[in-house]
Amino acid sequence: MPDSSSPVVLAFDRVSLSFGGETVLREVSFAMRRGESMIVLGAAGSGKTVLLKTALGLLTATSGRIELFGEDVTGLDEQAWYERRSHVGVLFQEGGLFDSLTIEENVAYPMLNQPRLACPEEEVIRRVQESLNFVELGHTLEKFPSELSGGMRRRVGIARAIVTQPDLLLYDSPTAGLDPITANTIIALIIKGRDMRHATTFMVTHRYQDGQLLAGFHHDEATGQLLPVNGQRETGRTHYLVLREGAVVFDGSATELEASRDPYVRRFVRREEGA
Amino acid sequence: MLEFLKNPILTFQEFIVLAGRTIRGVFRKPYYWDDVFTQMDLIGIGSLPVVLLTGFFSGAVMALQMSRALQTYGASSQVGQIVAITLVREMGPVLTALMVAGRNASGMASELGSMKVTEQIDAMRALGTDPVMKLVKPRVLATSVVLPLLTVLADFVGIVGGWLVACVLLSLTTSAQYWSNSWRALEYNDITQGLLKPFVFAIVLSLVGCYYGMRTTGGTQGVGRSTTQAVVVASVWVVVLTFIIGRIFVSM
Repeated sequence: MPDSSSPVVLAFDRVSLSFGGETVLREVSFAMRRGESMIVLGAAGSGKTVLLKTALGLLTATSGRIELFGEDVTGLDEQAWYERRSHVGVLFQEGGLFDSLTIEENVAYPMLNQPRLACPEEEVIRRVQESLNFVELGHTLEKFPSELSGGMRRRVGIARAIVTQPDLLLYDSPTAGLDPITANTIIALIIKGRDMRHATTFMVTHRYQDGQLLAGFHHDEATGQLLPVNGQRETGRTHYLVLREGAVVFDGSATELEASRDPYVRRFVRREEGA
Repeated sequence: MLEFLKNPILTFQEFIVLAGRTIRGVFRKPYYWDDVFTQMDLIGIGSLPVVLLTGFFSGAVMALQMSRALQTYGASSQVGQIVAITLVREMGPVLTALMVAGRNASGMASELGSMKVTEQIDAMRALGTDPVMKLVKPRVLATSVVLPLLTVLADFVGIVGGWLVACVLLSLTTSAQYWSNSWRALEYNDITQGLLKPFVFAIVLSLVGCYYGMRTTGGTQGVGRSTTQAVVVASVWVVVLTFIIGRIFVSM
């Protein structure tokens, strides 16, 4: 269980970002410690994806300071970012799988292209197979992304994110556009990944439910099932960030979120509960 | 007042930055040779039929159109010279480049554009590869090798087309005279110009294709827009550059 003494994995300090005169992130500040899960909620266009991409150096902040694994990464150049990114696993909203590569090549991609992770071919094949087995798609090695369903592509994306055994996992709307059953399968995989590897998890979503599942359940290795966390919500480990028009309007635990009097947050939580 | 100039200047600046990064990248590792050869096959072998057809008919039509004018001056034996010089210096490089711009600059823009809007370019960066090295450099390298070769073939097939019209169809001159005239008309200056042009066009049109692909935004509609822009801009650059290079060579 992380506490205040755990090292900070990712921290934003008054980070702002503008595109062509339009501000998409406004003085965003938060910090997440090792082993924690953070759920970023917000309506479409509130800057959730931009936040995730900024954390990974894919977008450059206009002002503010970003800290990744205890190191100031603000203004790092692209070449320097490649090494930092090899410690982070990411699932993009659309999956971001390469159309021209097979599932096996897609999952092997980070292993083959990041110098820090260079290892013998047999080891790459073993890790790829292990990762795909983890998402229960071990039989799809030779297929192309276009041959898989949306949910399966998302699962391959998860396999590719975890194949490098990263210390930090970023998920961009992992359940967007999926039916509720597939969405729950995806969240179950994210919980499994979090609990088996004790990875720090940062998840952007528009479904309040996803956060509830992530906060309220844990993966039981003995049975392979998801079980409620001691019958009550484990609030210390998961915290929420709510974004509105690029600004953080809430940062706190699940209990605090539900108790929040902020009309935007209230509306958000109520609507999602009703959904 | 100069607000309307802001966008084109910014676009040009971004293009120059991409060009700079690509050219610097040519001299740096990593090299993705598989991608280079795939692109060479796609651009070279793929464009061969259209380039040969264009070359052949432009040579043929030139001999056809020149026949009357040359007959007026009693100079119909010079048809080989005219066809060879015009093709090698100007028509061959320009028409080949325009064909490749239409076929491949658009292909590059739509492929990279689709990758951009489906976050594959972001994924590439996140997973440890520089898209400039992995996507842009192989395309630029492949085009700059293949376009001069295609141009040489188009020139040759065009001269053959001219020969068919001049010697077989219209009997303007004898075959021996046509070929010796064509051969003797060409100087080193023409050959240099005829090979330098496609090399420069190749760099520009592949960079334009990649640039518009990489800056695509706005979903599938954006991909369509990028593709159109890439073809238009690449084609305009081809005709502008042929004038500039031609001007330099003429004054030499």
